Amino acid sequence: MRALLVRDLRLALRAGGGFGLGLAFFLIVVVLVPFSVGPQPELLGRIAAGVLWLAALLACLLSLDRILALDFEDGTLDVLATAPLPLEAALSVKALAHWLTTGVPLVVAAPVLAVLLNLPVAGYGGLVLSLLLGTPALSVIGTFGAALTVGIKRGGLLLSLLVLPLYVPTLIFGAEAARRSAAGLDAATPLLMLAGISAGVLALMPFASAAVLRVNLR
Amino acid sequence: MSLWEYANPVKFLRLSERVLPWLWALAALCLIGGLAWGYFGTPDDYRQGSTVKIIYIHVPAALMAINGWFMMLVASLVWLIRRHHVSALAARAAAPVGVTMTLIALITGAVWGQPMWGTWWAWDPRLTSFLILFLFYLGYMALWSAIEDPDTAADLTSVLCLVGSVFAVLSRYAVNFWNQGLHQGASLSLDKEENVADVFYFPLLVCIAGFVLLFLALVLYRTGTEIRVRRTRALRARYDQRQGRGAGV
Repeated sequence: MRALLVRDLRLALRAGGGFGLGLAFFLIVVVLVPFSVGPQPELLGRIAAGVLWLAALLACLLSLDRILALDFEDGTLDVLATAPLPLEAALSVKALAHWLTTGVPLVVAAPVLAVLLNLPVAGYGGLVLSLLLGTPALSVIGTFGAALTVGIKRGGLLLSLLVLPLYVPTLIFGAEAARRSAAGLDAATPLLMLAGISAGVLALMPFASAAVLRVNLR
Repeated sequence: MSLWEYANPVKFLRLSERVLPWLWALAALCLIGGLAWGYFGTPDDYRQGSTVKIIYIHVPAALMAINGWFMMLVASLVWLIRRHHVSALAARAAAPVGVTMTLIALITGAVWGQPMWGTWWAWDPRLTSFLILFLFYLGYMALWSAIEDPDTAADLTSVLCLVGSVFAVLSRYAVNFWNQGLHQGASLSLDKEENVADVFYFPLLVCIAGFVLLFLALVLYRTGTEIRVRRTRALRARYDQRQGRGAGV
C-alpha cells in the first residue's frame, strides 16, 4: 500500500502538469472572479468563502480523470486488480494520493488567495478547516466517478456530469461552514455534517468504486 | 408461476403485448377524464384564480419523477442481484420517461411560480432538489449511451443508480439546511388536515392515476423496444460472424 502511495505521489510530482495544474486552476478562478463581479471589497468579502469553495471543487474536478486513466492505458490497473491487495484498498490509496496532491495544496493555498478576495480575518480558520474536512470527500467521490468512466474514450466531460450532483451536499455544507465562520457565526453544525459526509463516503465509497472498476476491467 | 417468470424476455413480451392496449386505454381515459374534470369541472381558487389548475399536471409529474427514479433503483437492484436482463432494460427504459416527468414538473412549476411568487425560478429546497434529480437522470442516461457493451453498461449504471439514490436523499436534506424556501408543504398526504380541498382533490387523484398508468405503459413499451433492439443486435452480430467479417460484438 505504501509502495503504491509513494509511486502515485512520485508520478504526480514528476509528470508535471498534474500537481501544479489544480493549484494554477484554483488561482485562475479566484483571479477571474473580481473581473466578473466587480472589484468592490465588501462584495468580494461577502462571496469570498463560497467562491473559494467553488474554485477548490472545480480544481478538484479538473484532475479527476488523472486518477485512473493513465494507469488504465498502460495496464497498471490490471496488475493492481490481480494483486493480493484488495481493489478497495488500492482505490482508497489512489484517492488518498489524489487528495495529497490536489486537496492539500488547495487547503494550503486557500488562505493566501482568501487575502486577494478580502475574506474577513475571522473566516480563515473556518475556511481551512472546512476545506480540510471536505476535500477528502471530493477525492473519494471523484475516484468513484473516475472508476465509472475509465473505459470510455473522452470520458472527461461525462465524468464531470456524473460527479457534479454527487458533489452537491459536500459543497453546500463546506461553503456554508466557511461562510458562517466568515460572518462570525457558529459553524459547528455544517462542519459536523461535512465531517459526517467525509467519514461516510470514506467508509462506503471504495466498495462502489471497486465494484464498477471490476466491471470496467472485465 | 412466480413473478420471476417474466424475467424471460419472451414471456415478458407476450404479457406486455396483452397488457399494453389496456394500459394505454386506461391511461388515456384517466388523463382525459381527470384533466377535463379538473379544468372545466372545478371552480377557480379564491386566491390563486385559474392558475391553481396547473397542479393537475405539476403534482402528478413531480410524483412520477421521483417514483421513476425509485423504480430504476429497484430494477437496478434486481439486475445486480438476480441478473435478469429485462430488469436492466426496464431501468434503462424508465430513465427518459423519468427525465421528461422531471422536466414537466420543473417547467409547470416555473409557469405557476411566475404569477404566484413573481419569479420563474427560486433557489428553494424543493426546486433545487428537483434540478439535482434532473442532473442525476442526465448523467445516468449519458452513461448508458456512452458504453458499447450492454452488460457492462447495465452494471455500471446500476451502481451509479444506487450511489445516486443515496446522494439524492443526502442532497434533499442538504438543500433543506442550505435554504428555507418558498415552496408550500405537502398538499397531498394521508393526513386529512393537510390536503387540498375536496373539489381539487378528487380530479387530482384521477390525474395521478392517469400519470401512473401512462408511466407504466411507456416503460413497458420502451422495455419491449429495448428487448427487440438487443435481439436485432444479436442477430446482426451472428450474421456478421457468418459472413466472416468478424464479430462486431
